[in-house]
Amino acid sequence: MIPHDNPSAEQLVEAVREWLQRDVLTSTVGSVQFHTRVAINVLAMVERELQLGSAQAAAHQRRLATLGCADDADLAARIRNGELDDRLPEVRELVWESVRDKLAVANPKYLDPPG
Amino acid sequence: MDDLTAALSEVLGGSTITSVARLSGGASRDTFRFEADGRPLIMQRQRGGYERDMAVEATALRLAAAAGVPVAEVIAASTDPSALGASYLVVSAVEGETIARKILRDTEFGPARVALAGQFGVALARLHSADVSGVGDFPADDPLDTYRAVLDEVGHPHPALELAYRWLQQHQPASPPMVLVHGDFRLGNVIVGPEGLRAVIDWELAHLGDPMEDLGWLCVKAWRFGGTLPVAGVGTREQLIAAYQQAGGGAVDPDVVHWWEVFGTWKWGIICITQALAHTSGVSRSHELAAIGRRVCENEHDLFLALEGRW
Repeated sequence: MIPHDNPSAEQLVEAVREWLQRDVLTSTVGSVQFHTRVAINVLAMVERELQLGSAQAAAHQRRLATLGCADDADLAARIRNGELDDRLPEVRELVWESVRDKLAVANPKYLDPPG
Repeated sequence: MDDLTAALSEVLGGSTITSVARLSGGASRDTFRFEADGRPLIMQRQRGGYERDMAVEATALRLAAAAGVPVAEVIAASTDPSALGASYLVVSAVEGETIARKILRDTEFGPARVALAGQFGVALARLHSADVSGVGDFPADDPLDTYRAVLDEVGHPHPALELAYRWLQQHQPASPPMVLVHGDFRLGNVIVGPEGLRAVIDWELAHLGDPMEDLGWLCVKAWRFGGTLPVAGVGTREQLIAAYQQAGGGAVDPDVVHWWEVFGTWKWGIICITQALAHTSGVSRSHELAAIGRRVCENEHDLFLALEGRW
């Protein structure tokens, strides 16, 4: 539980993003407009992380536990030193799931097939 | 600007300098456009604190020009800071488009899109035939070692990049004779007209290495800018390789080009990490740089695509 009043963090970020989209983007040009667009994308990413973050954290913890790893640093080290070489297809499958989770927050469009 | 105009006149043998204008440059350089006795020129000046020597670029440009690669003509270059306050390079101005999305989408570049993959193959074949016997201490490190060290330095764990590194290590091609490699040959670093390639620019990452590095980098998915075709979004690997071989570029093993494509995807992921670090470390505070940190997973995704069925 958190002690804060409404709106939620997600709703606050959403409000700022909507203002950037509605007022700032339309009244700027060039570099400032470009950086406004970047800011809108960043805030949309934060909103997605606030929505999906806790479920993704739980899923990630389960994947790491399946491989007997404490965290990503442990997993990265064991891939590098060859300790997981006899389980590589399984490791790749689980790492692929994490990559997809990262994309679902960072840039969901990237998961769509090209075309 | 008056000081700059006077200094430019001095390094250009007393030419009359007019129309000096600052262009939006990269992170490490200031770029100016001007005219010297009516001839349009571009001057790039190294910004303080950046170590890369402008001399590498000037040397690479001269070698590439001698080998028949379309490039801007080097008018003046020096690492002596006394004239312009830093290392500088003056080249002829080449008119045309560098923005990838325009080249890939605007109607006027339709003929260019048909021609570019072949023209890239020819330009690279010529570049890789450049005479490098006199280049002396040109950079020639093993890029896999170089970027492994960068990945270790950033300190954040990336299991997907480790999986790719293991594959890269186990499949690294034998070192061929070292040739002059551009190091960042892609849309964005070429000037294109409606008819096609006009000049290859941005030679500051030039080095001695495996010629296939340039071919593989050109196929990295990030450099298709949303286009579907593998070579810069405009052509097939077969077109590129056929043009390269026909122009005397030597036999090409598509598996080696693929290795360099995977390497390039991995390397670009690592560069994205360092871009975000430039923000978080305080070197260059910018939400744009910060956001690039969250693009690492795009490269991890592309690595899985490029390695599908090949692990």
